[in-house]
Amino acid sequence: MSALTMEEVRKVYGSGETAVVALDHATLSVGDDEMVALVGPSGSGKTTLLSIAGGLLSPSEGEVHVGPHEITQYDRRELTRFRREFIGFVFQGANLVPFLTAKENLLVAADLAGRKGRTAERRAESLLEGLGLADRMGNQPGALSGGERQRVAIGRALVNEPELVLFDEPTSALDTKIGEQVMDLIRTEVKGRETAAIVVTHDSRMTHFADRVVEITDGRLKAPGPA
Amino acid sequence: MKTAWKELTRRPGPFITAGGALTLITMLLLLLGGLLDGLYLSATAAIRAQSASAIVFSTDARDDLIRSHIDPATRAQIAAVPGVESTSGFGLTLVGAQVPSVTDPVPVAVFGYEAANAQVPAPLPTGQVYADTSLRAQGVRFGQTLLLGQAKTPVAVKGWVSDTSYLFQGGLWANAGTWQQVLAANRPDQALAPGSFQAILVTPHQGLSPQRVAQQIDAAVLGVNALTKEQAIMALPGVSQQKSTFASIINTTFLVAGLVVALFFALVTLERVGLFGVLKAIGANSRTLAAGLALQALLIATGALALGGVLTVGFSFIVPSTVPLQLLPGRAAVTAVGLVLTALVGSAISFRRIVRIDPASAVGGS
Repeated sequence: MSALTMEEVRKVYGSGETAVVALDHATLSVGDDEMVALVGPSGSGKTTLLSIAGGLLSPSEGEVHVGPHEITQYDRRELTRFRREFIGFVFQGANLVPFLTAKENLLVAADLAGRKGRTAERRAESLLEGLGLADRMGNQPGALSGGERQRVAIGRALVNEPELVLFDEPTSALDTKIGEQVMDLIRTEVKGRETAAIVVTHDSRMTHFADRVVEITDGRLKAPGPA
Repeated sequence: MKTAWKELTRRPGPFITAGGALTLITMLLLLLGGLLDGLYLSATAAIRAQSASAIVFSTDARDDLIRSHIDPATRAQIAAVPGVESTSGFGLTLVGAQVPSVTDPVPVAVFGYEAANAQVPAPLPTGQVYADTSLRAQGVRFGQTLLLGQAKTPVAVKGWVSDTSYLFQGGLWANAGTWQQVLAANRPDQALAPGSFQAILVTPHQGLSPQRVAQQIDAAVLGVNALTKEQAIMALPGVSQQKSTFASIINTTFLVAGLVVALFFALVTLERVGLFGVLKAIGANSRTLAAGLALQALLIATGALALGGVLTVGFSFIVPSTVPLQLLPGRAAVTAVGLVLTALVGSAISFRRIVRIDPASAVGGS
């Protein structure tokens, strides 16, 4: 079974003459442990596709399946529950809670999914150790480097063992060297956990970390090809 | 909720500002309430002290004790009204008292009464009075002879009673004969015939409401106006005006507290739109985020109440004794509940904004 299947998905903002088609009959399938790089110019529909795949937006037409979940008809409350249980997000610039430590940032996501107590703590500690942050668990984001913050964000995305992890420009705030380290880490973590991932990126130097590159232009996906 | 608590403890800066403002508002509320209670209690104590639950005035007095006059025949009619258990004469004269070793006359309220009430025992023999303890601060001592009014009518202080002042003047409680002597000597135009009083205190039969018995007296006896004790208290000069004025100020202060909290959390929410967007994207719902704000509002209000309460109590020690400030637990409880509710309502105003934060705003770098 695919981790993500999008069939003829269309997203239109506005109506009538002012309608803007952000995603135009997009069809995409991502395998269970596949890592897909989504590339395209600004305004091409990358963010819209990522948002629909992650249950942040509902499509105007088409169907979206994440694992066994057909999320197209989910209401806002169902989408919120779906996101916290089945989706991991890594945002641009990490977007951590600034007054929480690295470990607590992971525990917030765990707590939202109902994972509490010592088990959740052990899981967070284990993830951070795996991400090379064993000695940084007690630091707040302000005391971490850009690369460390992004690694914490990766840990937060993985803490609930999601079926699909969505990365939104994870290296845009990092220099090339750190960016490559982060991409390498993302690949290692995603592959090691057999989790599907979509990585939105502008940076063509980072696409070779993906199994497959998908291009999007004016809301249309181009035929998929190898990375 | 844990996240909200951690923010409060780890980044207290902004919350201290809001808490400081609420602390000052708490002090203002407690002081205003304390002044209102002090003024009210000092003005109304003598009437509140009455065990009787209804008071009858002559109609022409317009509920003013000093202008009222009820003769023995009218009193007998009142006593005969169905539902009246007992009656008791009551009168008042406001005069200056010459106190030994005190230069200026001390204003006192001399009461003539027939029966013990909640604060004052049965009347003493002629020429003797119970004095209100508030008069101690003005030099009155046990056993002294006070000279009342321009006529210098002598009365001896033979006991103390508390919480019996009238319009801020300490009470002297005398039997009917002594009071009539003081009245006749110092206010000859207001002198009353023997057996007459300014007002009649009425105790209804058990189970009968004061309101009901007052209506029955009004219906049965010409030339009188019967009030319940509470109505008589509110009819005292200035009392209802004081209450409504202070209530308006206090309510406005609560409104200001609510606005302070609402504005503070509106700004906090505005500042956190990005963070809330991220939290919503990873699965937090609006209710969870709003509950965090409510918890912070509750904690700020509680902290402000505790600090404001301590500061107010401390402040009360340096307030001159002439200022009628009374800090009562009941008023503090009402203020605490009011402030906490106001803070919660104030923080809830941000809920709409939180609901409108789109989790999709977390992606795309916006």
